[in-house]
Amino acid sequence: MTLSRRHILALAMTTALTLPSVALAQDDTIKIGVLATFEGAFTVLGEDGERGALTALAEFGGMAGGKKIEVVRGSSDASPDSAVRAARKLVEQDGVKILVGPLSGDEGIAVKEYAKSQPDVTFINGTSAAQDTTLRDPAPNFFRFSTDGAQWMAGLGTYAFTEKGYQTVAVVAEDYSFPYTQVFGFMAEYCKAGGKVPSKSWVPIGNKDFSSVIAAIPDDVDAIYVALGGADAVNFLTQYQDAGGQAPLVGGSITVDQTVLTSKGKLRDVLVGTPSAGPIADTNDSAEWMAFVDAYKQQAGAFPSPSLFAHGYYINMKAALLAIDQLGGDLSDPAKLRDTLGGLSFDTPTGKVSLDKNRNAVADMFLTEVTEGTDGNLVNKLIKVVPQVNQTLGIAEDEFLALGAVSRDNPSCP
Amino acid sequence: MSADADIVGAVAAGQAPGTAAAHVALAVLLVLYPLVASDFFLTQIGGYSLIQGLIALSLMLLAGYGGMVSLAQITIAGVAGYVVAIFGVNNSGVHGFGWPWWVLVPFAILCAALASSLVGWISVRTSGIYTIMITLAIATASFYFAQQNYSFFNGFPGYNGIPAPQVLGVNWRGPMPFYYLCLGTASLAYAAVLYGQRSTFGLTLQAIRDNPRRMHALGFDVTAHKVFAWFLAGVIAGAAGVLLVWFQGRISPGTISVGTAINVLIIAVIGGIRHPIGPFLGAVLVVLLQTFAIDIVGAARFNTLIGFVFLVIVFVSPDGILGLWQRFRPRAAREAWTPEP
Repeated sequence: MTLSRRHILALAMTTALTLPSVALAQDDTIKIGVLATFEGAFTVLGEDGERGALTALAEFGGMAGGKKIEVVRGSSDASPDSAVRAARKLVEQDGVKILVGPLSGDEGIAVKEYAKSQPDVTFINGTSAAQDTTLRDPAPNFFRFSTDGAQWMAGLGTYAFTEKGYQTVAVVAEDYSFPYTQVFGFMAEYCKAGGKVPSKSWVPIGNKDFSSVIAAIPDDVDAIYVALGGADAVNFLTQYQDAGGQAPLVGGSITVDQTVLTSKGKLRDVLVGTPSAGPIADTNDSAEWMAFVDAYKQQAGAFPSPSLFAHGYYINMKAALLAIDQLGGDLSDPAKLRDTLGGLSFDTPTGKVSLDKNRNAVADMFLTEVTEGTDGNLVNKLIKVVPQVNQTLGIAEDEFLALGAVSRDNPSCP
Repeated sequence: MSADADIVGAVAAGQAPGTAAAHVALAVLLVLYPLVASDFFLTQIGGYSLIQGLIALSLMLLAGYGGMVSLAQITIAGVAGYVVAIFGVNNSGVHGFGWPWWVLVPFAILCAALASSLVGWISVRTSGIYTIMITLAIATASFYFAQQNYSFFNGFPGYNGIPAPQVLGVNWRGPMPFYYLCLGTASLAYAAVLYGQRSTFGLTLQAIRDNPRRMHALGFDVTAHKVFAWFLAGVIAGAAGVLLVWFQGRISPGTISVGTAINVLIIAVIGGIRHPIGPFLGAVLVVLLQTFAIDIVGAARFNTLIGFVFLVIVFVSPDGILGLWQRFRPRAAREAWTPEP
């Protein structure tokens, strides 16, 4: 049998399939994986997250511990399965020793589960902010220097009840663990202050038609608490306005951030005056924050002001780089890297960050309100800083755990 | 493909000995693949391609022999996956009845096959674009139902921590065993489809595809044949669903989303639906593209590259990779298979 074109083709295919597995080990570079949502409903958010990570890298001049840092990107569509698949590729094929990400709630829980099967790799969160990523059954090699969605809500419930005078609030939120966490954080304070939440609507991610949700909102509520992100927030707000909705809004952390505030259209009338809370405030005038905004704006396609995704990826990436620096670029011992990360306490554009025993951050939170900036852009005006919020929101840990895991029905105060 | 199964398949299919030789060569390559491949290429590319190929094979069976294009194949695989998650072991703290694998796996596949029959029974009176629309509607409705139902499907997060069983002291999720498990299942399904194509049932099905009224007039029960084809496709998709959930170690509505449903169709179209090898070729190409496109063109535009490659293949060859292959075959076959002087 002579060697035919077909055989050569088969041979070429086999070689092509196996070639990339021969890893080129380079001693003078360290690979860091960045996992974010570069597809699906949260694409804009993921891209801004990447900008944040690159801002941190630029601050270090692309080097840490005397070695060049190479960023390898992985993309998910916000579903936990796709996040794990992307994480597997970064870890098992690209051989990253540190992975920064993912972006959204249930992705974080899924990647945490995967982290347990990869003890030699260190996982540092992106912006995923579900409570149980670190609170219950944590992974020893998963770190979160950004905070969780309940922490982000610090101060908002009390503010909405006492300052704004909203006695009853209806909730509209996406149907997964991050909005559950946000609603939990909001209601923990709001219900304690005496507010009532008679109706909660949970909508799937990527929902386009909100008419039935809008129709289901009771007429007699004082305000609507909205925890939707990216395209979902824009779609809901536009349709709510088109439907003639008049109730004032209370915003979840990602509902009124820069990814939504910069969207085109007539949303601004609805949005101005909306109180919210989160890990950042656009009008923060501290020198550290201003410097961060300037550095962030160097990135291609940057928003007028960094979103909390840019902020979260920045902080987590910076933690990774600081740890590499402290170890002099030697990542051969994962236990040492973990100890170094666990002991980190550093100043960020938004104040001091340190970790608790579950490797979840304790950090300052910002109560904000949407206003029109001097240049006509909508921004989140800083109302109040809530210092050093921990994951149990200042409640004793056993008491906090007894409140139960966040879900559609927990907490409840109709 | 395992060598025995393929020879049986090829001989049963009454094909030229050249095809048998090609099958043996392919089988040897695939059996020896673990010698050269890294763990990542074994499971994430090899195993995953075989699983996706299996799901697309179930579509190829329906579309190629029955003329019924279904977008619900991933939903049917998902049925088996969710059954494994709910009745087997998971660490999400919801359900998880811990059935042993030898009850669980047949039960999961049976559930998938019954679900498939049901979908078939609903859609069998339609044809062409209406079948596509009905199955798309079923796939979409199942996705949203699974995403919003907590009592049974555990909503958006789905089920975590689903282990593959340890049988005969082997961890079947280890890279090498898992690859061979997928390869074995795929070979079996491939051989079965090749055999079935030439069986009485297979020939009847193809005749029904070509002229249902005449077959009806000849006294064949057209509906029953079609529904049985759906049942068989359900067995294949169900087996793939079990492998898929072991592969991921988890299942969530993202697994059965509309995007993934269309992905199965893309794999089948890219590969070609004239021959059961087509879906596997398509799966390898699509999995490679989806895994590595991000390294080639960066994070912002990698889906554009994937779409572009699909467009080019379908434009150049409406029959997919298989069509490209056929086009060059006469010359290549002459080169290769003529006896040496």
